[in-house]
Amino acid sequence: MARQHIDARGLSCPQPVLLAAKAMDAADGGELEILIDNEASRENVGRAAQSKGWTVAASEEVDQDFRLVLTK
Amino acid sequence: MSRAVKNIFATTLGIIAVGSIIGVVAGFLQQAGNPANMAICVACFGRDIAGAIGIHRAGVVQYLRPEILGFVLGSFAAALAFKEFKPSGGSAPVTRFVLGMIAMIGALVFLGCPWRVILRLAGGDGNALFGLAGLAAGVWIGTLFFKKGFNLGRGQVQSWSAGLMIPLLMLGLLALRLLYPPVPGEAQSGVLWYSLSGPGAAYAPLGFSLAAGLGIGFLAQRSRFCTMGAIRDVILFRQMYLMYGFIALLVAAFITNLFLGQFNPGFEGQPVAHTMGLWNFMGMVVAGLAFALAGGCPGRQLFLSGEGNTDAGIFALGLLAGAALAHNFGLASSPAGIGPHGMAAVIIGLAVLLFIGVANCKKS
Repeated sequence: MARQHIDARGLSCPQPVLLAAKAMDAADGGELEILIDNEASRENVGRAAQSKGWTVAASEEVDQDFRLVLTK
Repeated sequence: MSRAVKNIFATTLGIIAVGSIIGVVAGFLQQAGNPANMAICVACFGRDIAGAIGIHRAGVVQYLRPEILGFVLGSFAAALAFKEFKPSGGSAPVTRFVLGMIAMIGALVFLGCPWRVILRLAGGDGNALFGLAGLAAGVWIGTLFFKKGFNLGRGQVQSWSAGLMIPLLMLGLLALRLLYPPVPGEAQSGVLWYSLSGPGAAYAPLGFSLAAGLGIGFLAQRSRFCTMGAIRDVILFRQMYLMYGFIALLVAAFITNLFLGQFNPGFEGQPVAHTMGLWNFMGMVVAGLAFALAGGCPGRQLFLSGEGNTDAGIFALGLLAGAALAHNFGLASSPAGIGPHGMAAVIIGLAVLLFIGVANCKKS
């Protein structure tokens, strides 16, 4: 299963969610890794994933940032 | 406090609670002396601060509103407590300053920010319906740009001192307010200007205003409360999270106003409002689009400033500059109607926003 990577660090609202949503729509399944640099975007991307039927398989802090893995 | 602790305010119930608390507090702030149907309007209070420090000299709107200082400092405290103080910035700062200026000018043509759209509706001001429609239209135009790849570019991690600048600025203003309190019958106290009549002369006691601002700043930082984002996320993602907060604010403020006898339905003679429907609409189209392109309503920009986001800080300074221009150039409305150059301000503001929108669309 191919894993897509998105680096949304440094982007302001709503860009991280837009990028994640676009990738989820295009992939329609699989695994998506997204890097984010703030807690609000982590929550927003998690909500967007759930509403699109994806699962937040991992959500961890890496250095000062966050790494989310979404699966479907 | 650990980040591992679940953020209970970033849940549906949490944002509904925060919106409701803001609505109730707004009603009581009005009862305690803040201007009617304004209570805690971010644009109006930013304009009053601009008057208090003398960068405009409209005599009826001069008061160093403690609520605004509290918004930033309360958010700053929450960000520190929950390890979310993370200085960053450098994403098109001058563009964000201009967006802040235009947002304030548009808001002052309508006479209120998105928060006041809600508070005016909750007080029975029918003119705010035009503002709400304008706000939704402005945000909708913003979403079209987002779909075309609009992006102001990445910010970078900045030094902790950069992130402290806006909170320190607010502390400095608070010090001035404490050093130079209002003197009855005097338009000046030390370096600060005060209104002797008009909305600037209507204010709740300092302690209540400051506590309300700090509390709302703290809660809004945790819940990510954003009135523009509420509309944007429904249009863009069919996501209701922020909209629940928006609706909770409206309902809670409405019920509080009913309870306190502050609900007066109608169009004519509404407090600090005019009846020019088209310009109520257009003012908020401009403000709504500017807030959308900048990524947050004026309240949210202040809360982000408290977290160390210097891009939001630049936007907030743009709001102050816009308030000064709006009054110095006759762009701001009054209860009599739009200012002498209000129409020109809306047209030029919209043109600049469309330019910023088109110029920053990057096809991936």
